[in-house]
Amino acid sequence: MEVLTPEASVKSFYDFLKERKIMGTKCKKCGEIYLPPRPLCPRCVDSELEWVELEGRGKLVAFTSISVAPTHMLEAGHTRDNPYVFGLIELDSGPTVSALILGVDAKKPENIEIGTRMTVEFVERDDRVLLGFKPA
Amino acid sequence: MGKLARGVALIGAGMSKFGAFPDKTSRELFVEAFIDARNSVDNGIDNKDIEAMFLGNFSSDLFEGQVHTGPIMADWVGLVPKPVTRTEGACASSGIAIRCGVMAIASGLHDVVCVAGVEKMTNLPTSRVTDTLGAASDVSYEFPVGATFPGLYATIATAHMKKYGTTIRQLRTVGIKNHDNGKLNPKAQFPLSIRDLMEKRIKKLKEKGGEAPSWRDEFDFLEDPRANPVVAWPLRLYDCSPITDGAAVLFLAAEEVARKYTDTPIHIIGSGQGSVQLALHDRADITTILAAREAAKMAYRMAGVGPEDIQVAEVHDCFTIAEIVATEDLGFFKPGEGGKAAEEGVTARDGEKPINTSGGLKSKGHPVGASGAGQAVEIWKQLRGEAGKRQVPDVEIGLTHNVGGTGGTCAVHIYRR
Repeated sequence: MEVLTPEASVKSFYDFLKERKIMGTKCKKCGEIYLPPRPLCPRCVDSELEWVELEGRGKLVAFTSISVAPTHMLEAGHTRDNPYVFGLIELDSGPTVSALILGVDAKKPENIEIGTRMTVEFVERDDRVLLGFKPA
Repeated sequence: MGKLARGVALIGAGMSKFGAFPDKTSRELFVEAFIDARNSVDNGIDNKDIEAMFLGNFSSDLFEGQVHTGPIMADWVGLVPKPVTRTEGACASSGIAIRCGVMAIASGLHDVVCVAGVEKMTNLPTSRVTDTLGAASDVSYEFPVGATFPGLYATIATAHMKKYGTTIRQLRTVGIKNHDNGKLNPKAQFPLSIRDLMEKRIKKLKEKGGEAPSWRDEFDFLEDPRANPVVAWPLRLYDCSPITDGAAVLFLAAEEVARKYTDTPIHIIGSGQGSVQLALHDRADITTILAAREAAKMAYRMAGVGPEDIQVAEVHDCFTIAEIVATEDLGFFKPGEGGKAAEEGVTARDGEKPINTSGGLKSKGHPVGASGAGQAVEIWKQLRGEAGKRQVPDVEIGLTHNVGGTGGTCAVHIYRR
Protein backbone atom coordinates (compact mmCIF):
# COMPACT_ATOMS: atom_id res chain seq x y z
CA MET A 1 0.00 0.00 0.00
CA GLU A 2 1.40 3.33 -1.05
CA VAL A 3 1.31 5.99 1.63
CA LEU A 4 0.97 9.49 0.28
CA THR A 5 3.51 12.01 1.54
CA PRO A 6 2.23 14.16 3.10
CA GLU A 7 -0.71 11.92 3.94
CA ALA A 8 -4.04 12.87 2.45
CA SER A 9 -5.65 14.22 5.58
CA VAL A 10 -7.69 17.12 6.88
CA LYS A 11 -4.42 18.58 8.12
CA SER A 12 -2.73 18.33 4.72
CA PHE A 13 -5.73 20.01 3.03
CA TYR A 14 -5.43 23.03 5.32
CA ASP A 15 -1.61 23.00 5.26
CA PHE A 16 -1.71 23.25 1.45
CA LEU A 17 -4.27 26.07 1.63
CA LYS A 18 -1.73 27.98 3.73
CA GLU A 19 0.63 27.65 0.75
CA ARG A 20 -2.26 28.90 -1.45
CA LYS A 21 -2.52 25.50 -3.11
CA ILE A 22 -5.66 23.46 -3.70
CA MET A 23 -4.46 19.87 -3.53
CA GLY A 24 -6.67 16.88 -4.26
CA THR A 25 -5.93 13.21 -4.68
CA LYS A 26 -6.58 11.23 -7.86
CA CYS A 27 -7.34 7.53 -7.93
CA LYS A 28 -4.83 5.78 -10.18
CA LYS A 29 -7.42 3.13 -11.07
CA CYS A 30 -10.59 5.08 -11.95
CA GLY A 31 -9.18 8.59 -12.33
CA GLU A 32 -11.67 10.17 -9.89
CA ILE A 33 -10.30 13.29 -8.22
CA TYR A 34 -11.06 13.85 -4.53
CA LEU A 35 -11.19 17.27 -2.98
CA PRO A 36 -10.93 17.40 0.01
CA PRO A 37 -8.19 14.79 -0.53
CA ARG A 38 -8.84 11.23 0.54
CA PRO A 39 -6.39 8.44 1.33
CA LEU A 40 -8.71 5.77 -0.12
CA CYS A 41 -10.91 5.83 -3.22
CA PRO A 42 -14.36 4.78 -1.96
CA ARG A 43 -15.37 3.69 -5.49
CA CYS A 44 -12.45 1.33 -6.07
CA VAL A 45 -11.81 0.76 -2.35
CA ASP A 46 -8.19 1.22 -3.26
CA SER A 47 -5.48 3.36 -1.71
CA GLU A 48 -3.42 3.91 -4.87
CA LEU A 49 -3.92 7.65 -5.18
CA GLU A 50 -1.66 10.49 -6.23
CA TRP A 51 -1.61 14.18 -5.41
CA VAL A 52 -2.92 16.61 -8.01
CA GLU A 53 -2.91 20.39 -7.78
CA LEU A 54 -6.25 21.83 -8.86
CA GLU A 55 -6.96 25.17 -10.44
CA GLY A 56 -9.18 27.46 -8.41
CA ARG A 57 -11.74 27.89 -11.18
CA GLY A 58 -15.25 26.60 -11.44
CA LYS A 59 -18.90 27.51 -11.16
CA LEU A 60 -21.40 28.10 -8.39
CA VAL A 61 -23.82 25.14 -8.14
CA ALA A 62 -25.80 25.99 -4.99
CA PHE A 63 -25.65 28.59 -2.23
CA THR A 64 -27.34 30.33 0.66
CA SER A 65 -27.05 33.65 2.45
CA ILE A 66 -26.84 33.00 6.19
CA SER A 67 -28.27 35.47 8.71
CA VAL A 68 -28.24 33.26 11.82
CA ALA A 69 -24.56 32.44 12.26
CA PRO A 70 -22.72 29.93 14.42
CA THR A 71 -20.35 31.30 17.07
CA HIS A 72 -17.21 31.35 14.93
CA MET A 73 -18.94 33.34 12.17
CA LEU A 74 -20.52 35.69 14.72
CA GLU A 75 -17.02 36.34 16.00
CA ALA A 76 -15.98 37.15 12.44
CA GLY A 77 -18.61 39.91 12.44
CA HIS A 78 -21.56 38.13 10.87
CA THR A 79 -24.38 39.32 13.06
CA ARG A 80 -27.96 39.16 11.81
CA ASP A 81 -27.65 42.39 9.82
CA ASN A 82 -24.39 41.27 8.21
CA PRO A 83 -25.14 37.95 6.48
CA TYR A 84 -22.56 35.92 4.56
CA VAL A 85 -22.82 33.56 1.63
CA PHE A 86 -21.93 29.87 1.75
CA GLY A 87 -21.97 27.79 -1.40
CA LEU A 88 -20.83 24.81 -3.39
CA ILE A 89 -18.32 25.27 -6.20
CA GLU A 90 -17.90 22.66 -8.91
CA LEU A 91 -14.31 22.97 -10.05
CA ASP A 92 -13.50 22.65 -13.74
CA SER A 93 -11.35 19.65 -12.82
CA GLY A 94 -14.40 17.79 -11.47
CA PRO A 95 -14.77 17.82 -7.70
CA THR A 96 -17.20 20.05 -5.79
CA VAL A 97 -16.19 21.89 -2.60
CA SER A 98 -17.85 23.90 0.14
CA ALA A 99 -16.63 27.49 0.28
CA LEU A 100 -17.25 31.00 1.47
CA ILE A 101 -18.69 32.99 -1.41
CA LEU A 102 -17.21 36.47 -1.69
CA GLY A 103 -17.75 39.45 -3.94
CA VAL A 104 -21.54 39.08 -3.99
CA ASP A 105 -24.21 41.01 -2.09
CA ALA A 106 -25.27 38.74 0.75
CA LYS A 107 -28.20 41.06 1.43
CA LYS A 108 -29.55 40.53 -2.09
CA PRO A 109 -29.26 36.75 -2.50
CA GLU A 110 -32.02 36.76 -5.12
CA ASN A 111 -29.50 38.40 -7.45
CA ILE A 112 -26.89 35.65 -7.05
CA GLU A 113 -27.01 33.25 -9.96
CA ILE A 114 -26.27 29.55 -9.92
CA GLY A 115 -23.89 28.80 -12.79
CA THR A 116 -21.81 31.96 -12.22
CA ARG A 117 -18.13 31.43 -13.11
CA MET A 118 -16.02 31.66 -9.96
CA THR A 119 -12.37 32.00 -9.09
CA VAL A 120 -10.59 31.19 -5.84
CA GLU A 121 -9.83 33.78 -3.17
CA PHE A 122 -8.11 32.35 -0.12
CA VAL A 123 -9.49 33.65 3.18
CA GLU A 124 -7.31 34.02 6.27
CA ARG A 125 -9.34 33.32 9.37
CA ASP A 126 -7.57 33.10 12.73
CA ASP A 127 -4.69 30.70 12.19
CA ARG A 128 -6.30 28.97 9.23
CA VAL A 129 -6.68 29.62 5.52
CA LEU A 130 -10.13 28.77 4.16
CA LEU A 131 -11.45 28.31 0.65
CA GLY A 132 -13.28 31.31 -0.70
CA PHE A 133 -14.54 31.94 -4.22
CA LYS A 134 -15.64 35.12 -5.98
CA PRO A 135 -17.21 35.76 -9.37
CA ALA A 136 -14.53 35.46 -12.07
CA MET B 1 -32.26 -11.23 2.90
CA GLY B 2 -34.38 -8.19 3.60
CA LYS B 3 -37.03 -10.13 5.52
CA LEU B 4 -37.78 -10.29 9.24
CA ALA B 5 -37.35 -13.74 10.77
CA ARG B 6 -40.55 -13.08 12.75
CA GLY B 7 -43.15 -10.35 12.83
CA VAL B 8 -42.92 -7.27 15.01
CA ALA B 9 -45.75 -5.05 16.22
CA LEU B 10 -46.16 -1.75 17.96
CA ILE B 11 -48.24 -2.33 21.12
CA GLY B 12 -48.01 1.15 22.62
CA ALA B 13 -46.77 4.64 21.84
CA GLY B 14 -46.67 7.93 23.68
CA MET B 15 -44.86 11.20 23.99
CA SER B 16 -44.25 14.10 26.31
CA LYS B 17 -45.59 17.48 25.41
CA PHE B 18 -43.12 19.04 22.97
CA GLY B 19 -41.98 22.57 23.74
CA ALA B 20 -39.50 24.67 25.69
CA PHE B 21 -39.38 23.64 29.34
CA PRO B 22 -36.69 25.57 31.20
CA ASP B 23 -37.30 23.66 34.43
CA LYS B 24 -37.04 20.17 32.94
CA THR B 25 -34.09 18.02 31.92
CA SER B 26 -34.13 14.94 29.67
CA ARG B 27 -35.07 12.59 32.44
CA GLU B 28 -38.29 14.31 33.43
CA LEU B 29 -39.35 14.57 29.78
CA PHE B 30 -38.56 10.91 29.39
CA VAL B 31 -40.64 9.86 32.39
CA GLU B 32 -43.58 11.87 31.00
CA ALA B 33 -43.34 10.10 27.64
CA PHE B 34 -42.93 6.68 29.28
CA ILE B 35 -46.11 7.13 31.32
CA ASP B 36 -48.02 8.33 28.24
CA ALA B 37 -46.82 5.27 26.29
CA ARG B 38 -47.68 2.90 29.14
CA ASN B 39 -51.18 4.35 29.29
CA SER B 40 -51.60 3.66 25.57
CA VAL B 41 -51.16 -0.11 25.99
CA ASP B 42 -54.75 -1.40 25.95
CA ASN B 43 -54.26 -4.27 28.39
CA GLY B 44 -51.41 -2.65 30.29
CA ILE B 45 -47.74 -3.52 30.34
CA ASP B 46 -45.57 -4.47 33.28
CA ASN B 47 -41.94 -3.39 33.41
CA LYS B 48 -40.92 -6.99 34.02
CA ASP B 49 -42.05 -7.79 30.45
CA ILE B 50 -39.76 -5.15 28.91
CA GLU B 51 -36.48 -6.87 28.16
CA ALA B 52 -34.34 -4.07 26.75
CA MET B 53 -34.35 -0.46 25.65
CA PHE B 54 -33.02 1.31 22.57
CA LEU B 55 -32.72 5.03 23.15
CA GLY B 56 -32.25 7.57 20.39
CA ASN B 57 -30.44 10.69 21.51
CA PHE B 58 -28.44 13.06 19.36
CA SER B 59 -26.39 14.99 21.81
CA SER B 60 -27.13 15.16 25.50
CA ASP B 61 -23.33 15.53 25.43
CA LEU B 62 -23.37 19.02 23.93
CA PHE B 63 -26.87 20.14 24.94
CA GLU B 64 -26.72 19.13 28.58
CA GLY B 65 -23.07 18.20 29.16
CA GLN B 66 -24.27 14.70 29.97
CA VAL B 67 -22.74 11.73 28.19
CA HIS B 68 -23.88 8.13 28.84
CA THR B 69 -27.49 9.13 29.08
CA GLY B 70 -28.96 5.65 28.47
CA PRO B 71 -28.70 4.24 32.00
CA ILE B 72 -30.23 7.40 33.45
CA MET B 73 -33.37 7.00 31.33
CA ALA B 74 -33.56 3.27 32.09
CA ASP B 75 -33.20 3.99 35.80
CA TRP B 76 -35.73 6.82 35.88
CA VAL B 77 -38.45 4.51 34.53
CA GLY B 78 -37.45 1.45 36.53
CA LEU B 79 -35.82 -0.63 33.82
CA VAL B 80 -32.45 -1.14 35.51
CA PRO B 81 -30.63 -3.63 35.24
CA LYS B 82 -31.95 -4.34 31.73
CA PRO B 83 -29.74 -3.55 28.74
CA VAL B 84 -30.06 -0.04 27.32
CA THR B 85 -28.35 0.99 24.10
CA ARG B 86 -28.12 4.56 22.91
CA THR B 87 -28.28 5.11 19.16
CA GLU B 88 -27.05 8.25 17.42
CA GLY B 89 -27.76 9.31 13.87
CA ALA B 90 -28.26 13.05 14.42
CA CYS B 91 -31.97 13.82 13.93
CA ALA B 92 -32.57 10.19 12.90
CA SER B 93 -31.33 8.88 16.25
CA SER B 94 -34.65 7.35 17.30
CA GLY B 95 -35.62 6.30 13.76
CA ILE B 96 -32.64 3.99 13.85
CA ALA B 97 -33.56 2.98 17.42
CA ILE B 98 -36.86 1.69 16.00
CA ARG B 99 -34.91 -0.40 13.52
CA CYS B 100 -32.69 -1.73 16.33
CA GLY B 101 -35.80 -2.69 18.28
CA VAL B 102 -37.28 -4.40 15.22
CA MET B 103 -34.05 -6.34 14.68
CA ALA B 104 -33.81 -7.33 18.34
CA ILE B 105 -37.30 -8.82 18.26
CA ALA B 106 -37.17 -10.32 14.76
CA SER B 107 -33.94 -12.11 15.66
CA GLY B 108 -35.62 -13.83 18.59
CA LEU B 109 -33.32 -12.19 21.12
CA HIS B 110 -36.19 -10.32 22.80
CA ASP B 111 -40.00 -10.54 22.85
CA VAL B 112 -40.77 -7.04 24.11
CA VAL B 113 -38.57 -3.94 23.98
CA CYS B 114 -38.88 -0.25 24.66
CA VAL B 115 -37.77 2.09 21.85
CA ALA B 116 -37.45 5.73 22.74
CA GLY B 117 -35.98 9.09 21.94
CA VAL B 118 -35.19 12.13 24.02
CA GLU B 119 -33.62 15.54 23.53
CA LYS B 120 -33.33 18.61 25.73
CA MET B 121 -32.25 21.50 23.51
CA THR B 122 -33.49 24.79 24.89
CA ASN B 123 -30.92 25.32 27.64
CA LEU B 124 -28.46 26.80 25.18
CA PRO B 125 -28.67 30.18 23.42
CA THR B 126 -29.53 30.01 19.69
CA SER B 127 -25.91 30.47 18.54
CA ARG B 128 -24.78 27.49 20.64
CA VAL B 129 -27.71 25.39 19.39
CA THR B 130 -26.60 26.37 15.87
CA ASP B 131 -23.07 25.18 16.77
CA THR B 132 -24.36 21.91 18.21
CA LEU B 133 -26.58 21.11 15.23
CA GLY B 134 -23.71 22.21 13.00
CA ALA B 135 -21.68 19.45 14.62
CA ALA B 136 -23.84 17.00 12.64
CA SER B 137 -22.51 18.46 9.39
CA ASP B 138 -18.93 17.82 8.25
CA VAL B 139 -17.04 19.77 10.91
CA SER B 140 -13.77 19.43 9.03
CA TYR B 141 -14.95 20.87 5.74
CA GLU B 142 -18.46 22.34 5.86
CA PHE B 143 -18.64 24.02 9.24
CA PRO B 144 -15.37 26.03 8.97
CA VAL B 145 -16.60 27.86 5.83
CA GLY B 146 -19.79 28.90 7.59
CA ALA B 147 -22.27 26.09 6.96
CA THR B 148 -25.16 25.88 9.42
CA PHE B 149 -28.03 23.41 9.38
CA PRO B 150 -30.57 25.84 7.99
CA GLY B 151 -27.80 26.97 5.63
CA LEU B 152 -27.20 23.50 4.25
CA TYR B 153 -30.93 22.89 3.68
CA ALA B 154 -31.16 26.35 2.10
CA THR B 155 -28.33 25.27 -0.22
CA ILE B 156 -30.37 22.18 -1.12
CA ALA B 157 -33.33 24.50 -1.72
CA THR B 158 -31.48 26.75 -4.18
CA ALA B 159 -30.31 23.68 -6.11
CA HIS B 160 -33.87 22.27 -6.15
CA MET B 161 -35.29 25.62 -7.25
CA LYS B 162 -32.72 25.89 -10.04
CA LYS B 163 -33.14 22.31 -11.28
CA TYR B 164 -36.91 21.99 -11.00
CA GLY B 165 -38.34 25.46 -10.70
CA THR B 166 -39.54 24.86 -7.14
CA THR B 167 -40.80 28.17 -5.78
CA ILE B 168 -40.52 30.05 -2.51
CA ARG B 169 -44.33 30.04 -2.37
CA GLN B 170 -44.28 26.24 -2.44
CA LEU B 171 -41.86 26.21 0.51
CA ARG B 172 -44.16 28.49 2.46
CA THR B 173 -47.17 26.28 1.60
CA VAL B 174 -45.53 23.37 3.42
CA GLY B 175 -45.15 25.45 6.58
CA ILE B 176 -48.73 26.71 6.40
CA LYS B 177 -50.08 23.18 5.94
CA ASN B 178 -48.08 21.73 8.81
CA HIS B 179 -49.13 24.48 11.17
CA ASP B 180 -52.77 23.87 10.14
CA ASN B 181 -52.29 20.25 11.23
CA GLY B 182 -50.33 21.05 14.37
CA LYS B 183 -53.13 23.32 15.52
CA LEU B 184 -55.12 20.13 16.12
CA ASN B 185 -52.34 18.40 18.09
CA PRO B 186 -52.44 19.13 21.83
CA LYS B 187 -48.85 17.85 22.19
CA ALA B 188 -47.47 20.33 19.63
CA GLN B 189 -45.02 23.05 20.57
CA PHE B 190 -46.80 25.57 18.32
CA PRO B 191 -50.42 24.44 18.01
CA LEU B 192 -51.29 27.50 15.95
CA SER B 193 -51.94 28.05 12.27
CA ILE B 194 -49.85 30.64 10.45
CA ARG B 195 -53.06 32.69 10.17
CA ASP B 196 -53.43 32.50 13.97
CA LEU B 197 -49.83 33.67 14.37
CA MET B 198 -50.48 36.52 11.95
CA GLU B 199 -53.65 37.63 13.75
CA LYS B 200 -51.94 37.34 17.12
CA ARG B 201 -49.20 39.62 15.89
CA ILE B 202 -51.64 42.18 14.50
CA LYS B 203 -53.49 42.21 17.83
CA LYS B 204 -50.26 42.69 19.74
CA LEU B 205 -49.14 45.56 17.52
CA LYS B 206 -52.55 47.22 17.86
CA GLU B 207 -52.41 46.89 21.64
CA LYS B 208 -49.07 48.64 21.63
CA GLY B 209 -50.75 51.46 19.73
CA GLY B 210 -48.61 50.83 16.66
CA GLU B 211 -49.75 50.79 13.09
CA ALA B 212 -51.26 47.44 12.21
CA PRO B 213 -49.64 45.96 9.14
CA SER B 214 -51.98 45.20 6.27
CA TRP B 215 -50.89 41.70 5.33
CA ARG B 216 -53.11 40.38 2.55
CA ASP B 217 -52.81 36.73 3.60
CA GLU B 218 -50.45 34.21 5.19
CA PHE B 219 -48.07 34.35 2.24
CA ASP B 220 -47.81 38.11 2.49
CA PHE B 221 -47.19 37.80 6.24
CA LEU B 222 -44.48 35.20 5.61
CA GLU B 223 -42.65 37.50 3.17
CA ASP B 224 -42.42 40.32 5.73
CA PRO B 225 -38.92 40.28 7.24
CA ARG B 226 -40.20 41.83 10.48
CA ALA B 227 -42.69 39.01 10.98
CA ASN B 228 -40.62 36.25 9.42
CA PRO B 229 -36.90 37.06 9.32
CA VAL B 230 -34.47 35.26 7.04
CA VAL B 231 -32.46 32.52 8.74
CA ALA B 232 -30.63 31.24 5.66
CA TRP B 233 -32.04 32.51 2.39
CA PRO B 234 -34.42 31.35 0.96
CA LEU B 235 -35.42 29.84 4.31
CA ARG B 236 -37.06 32.12 6.84
CA LEU B 237 -37.98 31.48 10.46
CA TYR B 238 -41.26 29.73 9.58
CA ASP B 239 -39.47 27.44 7.13
CA CYS B 240 -37.46 26.02 10.04
CA SER B 241 -38.49 23.59 12.73
CA PRO B 242 -38.14 25.06 16.21
CA ILE B 243 -35.69 24.28 18.99
CA THR B 244 -37.55 21.82 21.20
CA ASP B 245 -37.43 19.72 24.36
CA GLY B 246 -39.26 16.42 24.26
CA ALA B 247 -39.34 12.65 24.46
CA ALA B 248 -41.24 9.82 22.81
CA VAL B 249 -41.57 6.16 23.84
CA LEU B 250 -42.74 3.08 21.91
CA PHE B 251 -43.26 -0.51 22.97
CA LEU B 252 -42.51 -3.18 20.38
CA ALA B 253 -43.44 -6.84 20.72
CA ALA B 254 -43.12 -10.07 18.77
CA GLU B 255 -46.35 -10.80 16.86
CA GLU B 256 -46.88 -13.98 18.86
CA VAL B 257 -47.08 -12.08 22.15
CA ALA B 258 -48.53 -8.78 20.88
CA ARG B 259 -52.18 -9.81 21.39
CA LYS B 260 -51.53 -10.20 25.09
CA TYR B 261 -51.18 -6.42 25.23
CA THR B 262 -53.73 -5.23 22.70
CA ASP B 263 -56.36 -6.41 20.24
CA THR B 264 -55.27 -3.64 17.89
CA PRO B 265 -51.51 -3.94 17.44
CA ILE B 266 -49.89 -1.95 14.65
CA HIS B 267 -47.72 -4.24 12.59
CA ILE B 268 -44.31 -2.98 11.53
CA ILE B 269 -44.20 -4.49 8.07
CA GLY B 270 -41.25 -2.64 6.59
CA SER B 271 -37.95 -1.31 7.91
CA GLY B 272 -35.19 0.34 5.93
CA GLN B 273 -32.13 2.43 6.60
CA GLY B 274 -29.55 4.05 4.37
CA SER B 275 -26.56 6.35 4.35
CA VAL B 276 -24.98 8.91 2.05
CA GLN B 277 -21.83 11.06 2.11
CA LEU B 278 -22.13 13.46 5.05
CA ALA B 279 -20.92 16.57 3.23
CA LEU B 280 -23.19 17.96 0.51
CA HIS B 281 -20.14 18.66 -1.66
CA ASP B 282 -19.35 14.93 -1.81
CA ARG B 283 -22.77 13.94 -3.19
CA ALA B 284 -23.60 13.33 -6.83
CA ASP B 285 -26.92 15.20 -6.54
CA ILE B 286 -28.10 17.35 -3.63
CA THR B 287 -31.70 17.70 -4.83
CA THR B 288 -32.38 14.18 -3.52
CA ILE B 289 -31.21 12.24 -0.46
CA LEU B 290 -29.78 8.90 -1.49
CA ALA B 291 -30.01 7.54 2.07
CA ALA B 292 -33.77 8.13 1.99
CA ARG B 293 -34.20 6.48 -1.40
CA GLU B 294 -32.25 3.47 -0.17
CA ALA B 295 -34.18 3.25 3.11
CA ALA B 296 -37.50 3.58 1.28
CA LYS B 297 -36.59 0.91 -1.27
CA MET B 298 -35.66 -1.50 1.53
CA ALA B 299 -38.81 -0.78 3.53
CA TYR B 300 -41.18 -1.04 0.53
CA ARG B 301 -39.61 -4.32 -0.54
CA MET B 302 -39.88 -5.83 2.94
CA ALA B 303 -43.48 -4.64 3.32
CA GLY B 304 -44.52 -5.72 -0.16
CA VAL B 305 -46.18 -2.36 -0.75
CA GLY B 306 -45.35 0.67 -2.90
CA PRO B 307 -45.58 4.43 -2.45
CA GLU B 308 -49.11 4.37 -3.89
CA ASP B 309 -50.27 2.19 -0.97
CA ILE B 310 -49.20 4.62 1.76
CA GLN B 311 -52.28 6.40 3.13
CA VAL B 312 -50.68 8.61 5.76
CA ALA B 313 -47.03 9.54 6.33
CA GLU B 314 -44.91 11.43 8.80
CA VAL B 315 -41.88 12.74 6.93
CA HIS B 316 -38.85 14.62 8.17
CA ASP B 317 -39.76 18.29 7.64
CA CYS B 318 -36.94 19.84 9.66
CA PHE B 319 -37.16 22.55 6.98
CA THR B 320 -39.93 23.13 4.45
CA ILE B 321 -37.65 22.13 1.55
CA ALA B 322 -36.91 18.86 3.38
CA GLU B 323 -40.57 17.82 3.17
CA ILE B 324 -40.64 18.52 -0.57
CA VAL B 325 -37.50 16.43 -1.10
CA ALA B 326 -38.84 13.70 1.22
CA THR B 327 -42.09 13.26 -0.69
CA GLU B 328 -40.05 12.84 -3.88
CA ASP B 329 -37.51 10.47 -2.31
CA LEU B 330 -40.33 8.29 -0.98
CA GLY B 331 -41.75 8.02 -4.49
CA PHE B 332 -45.01 9.81 -3.67
CA PHE B 333 -44.20 12.30 -6.43
CA LYS B 334 -41.71 12.41 -9.29
CA PRO B 335 -38.44 14.29 -8.72
CA GLY B 336 -39.21 17.99 -8.92
CA GLU B 337 -42.97 17.63 -8.39
CA GLY B 338 -43.06 17.67 -4.58
CA GLY B 339 -43.45 21.44 -4.36
CA LYS B 340 -46.26 21.47 -6.89
CA ALA B 341 -48.07 18.67 -5.03
CA ALA B 342 -47.90 20.65 -1.78
CA GLU B 343 -49.20 23.76 -3.53
CA GLU B 344 -52.12 21.82 -5.03
CA GLY B 345 -53.14 20.50 -1.62
CA VAL B 346 -52.30 16.87 -2.38
CA THR B 347 -50.37 16.58 0.90
CA ALA B 348 -52.98 18.38 3.03
CA ARG B 349 -54.89 16.44 5.67
CA ASP B 350 -57.85 16.09 3.31
CA GLY B 351 -55.67 15.56 0.23
CA GLU B 352 -54.84 12.32 -1.57
CA LYS B 353 -51.56 11.90 0.31
CA PRO B 354 -51.82 13.39 3.80
CA ILE B 355 -48.33 14.28 5.04
CA ASN B 356 -47.43 15.25 8.59
CA THR B 357 -50.89 15.23 10.13
CA SER B 358 -49.21 15.67 13.53
CA GLY B 359 -48.00 19.11 12.48
CA GLY B 360 -44.65 17.66 11.53
CA LEU B 361 -41.42 18.75 13.09
CA LYS B 362 -42.35 22.26 11.94
CA SER B 363 -45.33 22.79 14.24
CA LYS B 364 -45.19 19.83 16.62
CA GLY B 365 -41.54 20.58 17.38
CA HIS B 366 -38.21 18.89 16.71
CA PRO B 367 -36.44 17.55 19.80
CA VAL B 368 -33.99 15.94 17.41
CA GLY B 369 -33.30 12.61 19.11
CA ALA B 370 -37.00 12.11 19.88
CA SER B 371 -38.40 13.07 16.48
CA GLY B 372 -38.22 9.63 14.85
CA ALA B 373 -40.08 7.94 17.69
CA GLY B 374 -42.47 10.89 17.78
CA GLN B 375 -43.40 10.24 14.15
CA ALA B 376 -44.31 6.65 15.04
CA VAL B 377 -46.59 7.96 17.81
CA GLU B 378 -48.64 9.81 15.19
CA ILE B 379 -48.86 6.80 12.87
CA TRP B 380 -49.90 4.64 15.86
CA LYS B 381 -52.73 7.07 16.55
CA GLN B 382 -53.78 7.47 12.92
CA LEU B 383 -53.88 3.73 12.17
CA ARG B 384 -55.87 3.04 15.33
CA GLY B 385 -58.30 5.87 14.62
CA GLU B 386 -57.21 7.77 17.74
CA ALA B 387 -55.92 10.97 16.14
CA GLY B 388 -58.92 13.04 17.20
CA LYS B 389 -59.68 16.12 15.12
CA ARG B 390 -56.75 15.47 12.80
CA GLN B 391 -57.79 11.87 12.07
CA VAL B 392 -57.58 10.84 8.42
CA PRO B 393 -60.56 8.52 7.83
CA ASP B 394 -60.04 4.79 7.28
CA VAL B 395 -56.28 4.54 7.07
CA GLU B 396 -54.61 1.14 7.26
CA ILE B 397 -51.07 1.70 6.02
CA GLY B 398 -48.73 4.43 7.25
CA LEU B 399 -45.07 5.37 6.94
CA THR B 400 -42.41 7.24 8.89
CA HIS B 401 -39.36 8.85 7.28
CA ASN B 402 -36.69 10.13 9.67
CA VAL B 403 -33.59 11.92 8.37
CA GLY B 404 -30.38 12.58 10.25
CA GLY B 405 -28.53 15.81 9.56
CA THR B 406 -28.66 16.72 5.89
CA GLY B 407 -29.38 13.09 5.04
CA GLY B 408 -26.29 11.16 6.09
CA THR B 409 -28.64 8.76 7.85
CA CYS B 410 -32.24 7.93 7.03
CA ALA B 411 -34.66 5.39 8.52
CA VAL B 412 -38.01 4.53 6.93
CA HIS B 413 -40.66 2.33 8.55
CA ILE B 414 -44.00 1.08 7.22
CA TYR B 415 -46.90 0.16 9.47
CA ARG B 416 -50.17 -1.67 8.94
CA ARG B 417 -53.22 -1.89 11.17
